[in-house]
Amino acid sequence: TTGIELTYLVAAALFIVGLKQLGSPATARRGNIIAAVGMFFAIIATLINQSVINYEMILVGVIIGSIIGAIAAQKVAMTEMPQMVGIFNGLGGAASALVAVGEFWRLLDAGDKVPFDATFVAILGVFIGGVTLTGSLLAFAKLQGLVSGSPVTFPLQQPFNILLFLSFIAGSVYLFINPANPELFLGLVGLSLVFGVLFVLPIGGGDMPVVISLLNSFSGLAASAAGFILMNNMLIVAGALVGASGIILTEIMCKAMNRSLLSVLFGAFGSAGG
Amino acid sequence: MTTGLLIGLVVFVLASFVGFEVINKVPPTLHTPLMSGANAISGIAVVGALLIAGPKEWNITVILGLVAVVLATVNVVGGFLVTDRMLQMFKKKGA
Repeated sequence: TTGIELTYLVAAALFIVGLKQLGSPATARRGNIIAAVGMFFAIIATLINQSVINYEMILVGVIIGSIIGAIAAQKVAMTEMPQMVGIFNGLGGAASALVAVGEFWRLLDAGDKVPFDATFVAILGVFIGGVTLTGSLLAFAKLQGLVSGSPVTFPLQQPFNILLFLSFIAGSVYLFINPANPELFLGLVGLSLVFGVLFVLPIGGGDMPVVISLLNSFSGLAASAAGFILMNNMLIVAGALVGASGIILTEIMCKAMNRSLLSVLFGAFGSAGG
Repeated sequence: MTTGLLIGLVVFVLASFVGFEVINKVPPTLHTPLMSGANAISGIAVVGALLIAGPKEWNITVILGLVAVVLATVNVVGGFLVTDRMLQMFKKKGA
């Protein structure tokens, strides 16, 4: 496993160099390739982990995913790039959430009492990953014109959101005390998906790229949360890198539009609620 | 707090600082490609997916893991390719 950890270290370093180079016009393309090489190393290192033996099915999954990803990347029009990034991002968030759900399920099935730590990070992973998935899908639908791009508000929206969030907290606390409760856990998964929709609903079309950038940061944090569940440093490092750099990029994008992040996220409430 | 969790937290905080520092002045034309490249990196979820899909048996965890492998691979492959396409365009325009 020393080899695996060292390869992860190389991958993490390549991600950092890649991100750095992506920020400057002269090196951006090379930076992207460097990051891709880092990802290749991370995947290869994971495949030689001795607990990974399900090679046939994994190969099928990787091939299906690669074909879909390659075709989508090839077909998309240049003007539709932000929403394409949004949908890729949503899928990444979904993958992290599925990892959180799957690992929590495995711990439940194992029969022992699920440790507090594991329950906490599983809920965190499901929450961030779920919000990333549905938030990104709605952002895609808005930019693509599948639904109205204008901010959507409804009466008592904020009290409703707060009430829903409090019930999520209450459910989480109950799950800490009594983790052997798959129905409640699935309820929290469902609520997380609803939060993603509620989060993006009041935000307008022009601000959507900023929201996609913020959701991109979330998907990094979701990957980190999955890393905490599996105690895997590769996930934690790469997720934290994307989470932090995503926040900075979101701020830069807001500034370029002469907006503040708060006004992007809650602007609709200010104008409607007055 | 377990030792593993503690080490994870240290790694997380330090990596976050690197993430904050690595992005400086980015010209507006690079905002979307940078977002897209970072998004491809967040496809690192594929590592988690591979790990939980790893055992050679059929149960809920393995099935969820395999679905996650597909989704994360779309994120990784699509993410890096679409970023490269965007950056290629810039080069053509500049030339």
